[in-house]
Amino acid sequence: MISTGTRSKIEAEMERYPQKRGALLPALYLVQAEHGYVSSDTVRELAEIMGLHPVEVMEVVTFYNLFFDRPQPRHHASVCTNLPCSLRGARVLLAQLEEHVGSKVGEPTDDGRLVLGHEECLGACAFAPMMRVDDAYHEDLDLEHAKSILDALE
Amino acid sequence: MLKVPHVTSYLTEHFAEDAFGTLAGYEKKGGYAAARKALTEMAPGDVIELVKASGLQGRGGAGFNTGLKWSFMPADSDVPKYLVCNADESEPGSFKDRILLERSPHQLLEGILIAAYAVGACTTFIYIRGEYSFPADQVERAVAEAYDQGHLGPNVLGSGFRHDVVVHRGAGAYICGEETGLLESLEGKKGQPRKKPPFPAQVGAFGMPTTVNNVETFCHVPYIVNRGAEWFRGFGTEASPGTTLFGVSGHVVKPGLFELPLGTPLSEIVFEHAGGIAGGRKVKGVIPGGMSMPILPAGQLDVPMANESLRERGTMLGTGGIMVMDETTCMVRVGCVISYFFRDESCGQCTQCREGTGWLNKIMNRIERGAGQSEDLGVLLDIAAKMEGQTICAFADAAAWPVQGLLRHFRADFEEHVRLGRCPFTASFEL
Repeated sequence: MISTGTRSKIEAEMERYPQKRGALLPALYLVQAEHGYVSSDTVRELAEIMGLHPVEVMEVVTFYNLFFDRPQPRHHASVCTNLPCSLRGARVLLAQLEEHVGSKVGEPTDDGRLVLGHEECLGACAFAPMMRVDDAYHEDLDLEHAKSILDALE
Repeated sequence: MLKVPHVTSYLTEHFAEDAFGTLAGYEKKGGYAAARKALTEMAPGDVIELVKASGLQGRGGAGFNTGLKWSFMPADSDVPKYLVCNADESEPGSFKDRILLERSPHQLLEGILIAAYAVGACTTFIYIRGEYSFPADQVERAVAEAYDQGHLGPNVLGSGFRHDVVVHRGAGAYICGEETGLLESLEGKKGQPRKKPPFPAQVGAFGMPTTVNNVETFCHVPYIVNRGAEWFRGFGTEASPGTTLFGVSGHVVKPGLFELPLGTPLSEIVFEHAGGIAGGRKVKGVIPGGMSMPILPAGQLDVPMANESLRERGTMLGTGGIMVMDETTCMVRVGCVISYFFRDESCGQCTQCREGTGWLNKIMNRIERGAGQSEDLGVLLDIAAKMEGQTICAFADAAAWPVQGLLRHFRADFEEHVRLGRCPFTASFEL
């Protein structure tokens, strides 16, 4: 269920756009902040609030990388593996981090704490290698530093 | 502090000072004087003419004349007109807009105000890629400050001009940097680009006339208004005036952000400003303008970094993201990384792109693992040719060009893989 607090924030977002559908991305962020992902029940509920068909919401959820249609581990840690970062060792770093956390890219750790990923360019090319952990960038990484960042996640 | 090596000119002059990111700090350096001047002393048409005369080219990749773009907006209109700031920076190798958003959100807002006044826009949507959480926070803070001080809202700077700004966060899709993909996304849809015409100046955001400009493009505007078109033309080349922000990454001693006049030789940027190749190795190739732009070999780095000269070498300035590769680099691996990116990011709308990006990547991977056939090189070029210019947006071109560039200048690397049945570049970066 979308809480009344989140619902009123969504309604406020709808006021900011010339057409209320413009608020769909902000609304999905709000829903995801509340539930951690966007379930199919939530899709129907949000569609109702915004006057959309559920499929119009669902196709947006699945189009964008930052929306999730299933429950997620507590943290996402993604190493950029695009060319500028790869030239500076990002793929080696990622393989070492897989070993360190004992889980492959895309496979959450058993305790549900963390999933490692790889990202395309995150706009940190002069600070390579780098990783994005939840919303924060960590740049100019070496293995020890990267490990300590992951170890500190609860 | 800006934490990378950098060279500054007018745009980044105060980037070492954190206070420049605040409204008070920005005004202390003369900020918002250009907006005051434009909104109170100039007619909208005069602003457009001034920017046209300055020769400012869009800094988002295409390099179109900014003032000319503004002039496409209907002057008399009984419907609302919108301005959009494209801050969906996602071109691999590019990070200049992120630095501008983080270090100088008010410089951006001032450029937006002047542009909005020139084209008669009531609202600007700043579309920031979803991964840029910290930059978006900085812009939201700056927008709140600007409303608080009356620099935005019903009576901007006391001029009687009304303007609102909405900060809109994307959600992770490269294609939303394409201006009509961005507009679809802004409207709450999948970011699939639109067929043109109609162009956004006729039918843009929410069906209304809309101008879309890149972050850096807006940032140049206050300086042009304050100091004039002639002053601006004092930087750069005749056809490409002004400075731009070159982001240098890869195998250099000092990766960083360098504000230099357009037309600065690529070799000067790589060997002087970025300190040359790390480890005393030699350069092998350089991508001059973000990953969509064809690579240049070591022998062609004398090229001036401006579109008119880069086009003669079969490439373009793009977003000014310079990626440097040393002599150990396997260019087939480079092809694997690039083609994977475009395969991953194709929106899937056009067949040539959806299928073509997949095949380019499969064949690149096959060659790299030693299973390539000698015909594969021709097949890559055939696919690239059938993607280029055949689709709704330029994404397919952007996927085809780097492959063509690699085969134009580094065909021997590909042939060697096929001949040996393995990758001969044992010291190359790991895939």
